[in-house]
Amino acid sequence: MTLPVTQELSMEKENESWLRRLRLPNQPLARHLIFAFCGAGILFLVTSLLSPFNDYEVGEIALYVVALAGLSLLTGVNGQISLGHGAFMAVGAYTVALLMTHTQLNFLVELVLSIGAAAFLGLLIGIPATRLKGPYLAGMTLLLALALPPIADKWSTTFGGDQGLSTTVPTGPGTINPEEWLAWIQIIGALITLVLLANLLRSRFGRSFRAVRDDEIAASLAGIHVARTKVLAFVISAGCAGLAGAFLGLSTGVVNTGEFPLTLSIQLLAAMVLGGTGSLMGMWWGAVLLVYLPQWSTSLSTHFSLGSGASAYLATIIFGVVLIVVMIAAPTGVQGGFRWMWQHIASLLAGQHATSSSASELSDDAVQSLPTK
Amino acid sequence: MRDTKHTSMGRGTRAVVTGAMGIALAATVLSACSSTPKAATNTPGVTSNSISIGATVPLTGPAAPGYDEIAPAMNAVFGWVNAHGGVNGRKIHYTYLDDGYNPANTATLTRKLVLQDKIFADVGSLGTPTQAAVQVFLNTQKVPQLFIESGCDCWSNPKYPQSYGWQPPYTVEGKILGAYIKTKFAGKKVGYLTQDDEFGQDFIKGLDQEIPSASVVSRQTYDAATLAGPLSNQVAALKAAGAQVVAMATIPAATALAMLPAAAIGYQPQYVISSVGSDPPTVGPLLSSFTQKGGGTAAQATATAGLLNGVITDSYFAPESEVSNPWVQVEKKLLNDYAPSLYAKYGLDGNTQYGVALAYTFVEALQAAGKNLTRAGFLASMANSGKNFVTPGFVPPSYSNSVHFGFEGAEVIKLSSATSPAVTPTGSWIGGTPVTSVEVTDTGSGPVTKYTGATSTPPKTLVATS
Repeated sequence: MTLPVTQELSMEKENESWLRRLRLPNQPLARHLIFAFCGAGILFLVTSLLSPFNDYEVGEIALYVVALAGLSLLTGVNGQISLGHGAFMAVGAYTVALLMTHTQLNFLVELVLSIGAAAFLGLLIGIPATRLKGPYLAGMTLLLALALPPIADKWSTTFGGDQGLSTTVPTGPGTINPEEWLAWIQIIGALITLVLLANLLRSRFGRSFRAVRDDEIAASLAGIHVARTKVLAFVISAGCAGLAGAFLGLSTGVVNTGEFPLTLSIQLLAAMVLGGTGSLMGMWWGAVLLVYLPQWSTSLSTHFSLGSGASAYLATIIFGVVLIVVMIAAPTGVQGGFRWMWQHIASLLAGQHATSSSASELSDDAVQSLPTK
Repeated sequence: MRDTKHTSMGRGTRAVVTGAMGIALAATVLSACSSTPKAATNTPGVTSNSISIGATVPLTGPAAPGYDEIAPAMNAVFGWVNAHGGVNGRKIHYTYLDDGYNPANTATLTRKLVLQDKIFADVGSLGTPTQAAVQVFLNTQKVPQLFIESGCDCWSNPKYPQSYGWQPPYTVEGKILGAYIKTKFAGKKVGYLTQDDEFGQDFIKGLDQEIPSASVVSRQTYDAATLAGPLSNQVAALKAAGAQVVAMATIPAATALAMLPAAAIGYQPQYVISSVGSDPPTVGPLLSSFTQKGGGTAAQATATAGLLNGVITDSYFAPESEVSNPWVQVEKKLLNDYAPSLYAKYGLDGNTQYGVALAYTFVEALQAAGKNLTRAGFLASMANSGKNFVTPGFVPPSYSNSVHFGFEGAEVIKLSSATSPAVTPTGSWIGGTPVTSVEVTDTGSGPVTKYTGATSTPPKTLVATS
């Protein structure tokens, strides 16, 4: 989407900042791909420098980004709260595990089928969900998170019961560390997901999502099919969670119901809020917190010589405190906070006063609707 | 509305922000690296004066109550060992991390312990789903997965030579208790109430081998993950079927949540409960607190302890109520001296006894491995001398080249208010007396037979001074 020529020219005249020299293309797809490649470059460099365990954790961060990005789209951009994404992750994980156990399909095909299975469940849930809003929708998705995993326990012969079903990561090239190779797979998955979602949010669909979130009646009057839009958001979001679940199954090596408790769904929601509801890139912050917070609090408690029991609870306490602090200091999440900070710094560099905090770019991760004038 | 003046700056801004975030992410990740691992010899986790082991256990979450006592109790034994010069001059450093009974956490934490903290072995980690999640990883990395706190019969598997069980497999317990039901309650109607997972299924496998199927009139289950209130439906079904004996494979909370509604409807079958869910100092407080939560008076809550009277269960080491037993005395002393706050809170109950006994087994294994310590050598010496380990268990562990189970024997005991009670900081709890001698069996179709070997006594000093 290009801006009118007059606007472009006026912008060029006004901005004398050195940042202008970074001439990025106007095409969203091209922009997103460039960011993705830059991100890939940075992350591949980082993983090759890190130890195997840290590679494993970077991979975990990437897989949570996939889940959180989908949730951010559903809740932030489309306004539907979901407390049940753990269940979609479970579907993705069990699908990939079942396929690996019983078939010899290509790995990518298995991943696509996992996404499909979770997306199909998203369709089944999304249709009745169109009638619900707010706490009622949250309650329904909560039920899903509670009720779905025990189904695998009931049919334990098919689903492996406590011992679960095992997954195998396809062998990597050369003599690469298995942890590093898995991290690459997960990172590529995360970047592809982010590019696709970013493009989606910049498109007609993204605008429909936001319109439906902001005012269903107005959207409907504008010709948007509200129910279809909501279901589509659910399906896409569930598909992302399915891919994340498949990646989680690969990370763990075994898929069983213990990996998808209710706390997972709640942690996903909290991490999404922390990262920035509606933001895509902000999900990296949420994922980092999810993966590293338990370890940071363990290190903290070892530093203060608290017992092992206390350190376990410390993680939960710190998570709660961080959530409260971020909500007070940066209600739009960490990403929103950084965006606000950067705008102020950047405008100072450009020698202009920062406008009110409602100023925002036409970015792939913007939450706000498009200008009306 | 939107200020378009900042748009092109915004795009550039975004590029820089992306880059900055990438670098920040990298910095975050790098800074999260833990401290450097200990100076290593060729064997990870082993130096000339220390050995480092780790575990993942539930310290928070629904599985934590009770099970969070085990690892600190193990440290009491290691504290004694370290205070007396260590094993072959090596002090034992035990790191246990909280996985909250979530296998995804177990996978991450176990990798941290192995890849980053470079532990010698994973010792005393808890849970079937959690340990199943790391079994392949530990075996691929050739890290011993020792004394898994679970009775699954999947730990003795030639495909996974690094993995070792410790407590009696649930199938073994089921067979021993089933044999008792078959002889003592012949002709009576039997009902099952079991957890709807590996624990329950393996227990039933054992029961069914001994109890004639015609006697089993009802098979009820419950799901541990959604256990929230009294198991009234299951209990009502058992009563309706006329079960005179109820065999239970239940965790302590479920035991309490079954006995309370049964008492409320006046149903008093003969309970035969797996050792997992029958320890009086653990179940007693639960009976009492659930009664009070359900609106009962304090007097009613205290009276519930009486529900345990007459319960049949099994035990594979001397129960805490046998105060004159030398092992019980040693266990109390160790906990009092080297884990005083734990002992002050819980005393000697089923969980702290479990921890002490497991730690004893590890120390014995470490001694047998000798001064020249490697992972392969350690496992080889376990296979050779496992049967000679002196532990609080009634029978020696079954470790051999082909069997990776620990104790495969137990005695059947009856909880009786006539016996001396087990006194703990949480109260005075009903004790148990044996009603059979120690019996042994396997996880297969072998018979339940009487154990004819010697019973162990505590060694004068736990470790040989080197």
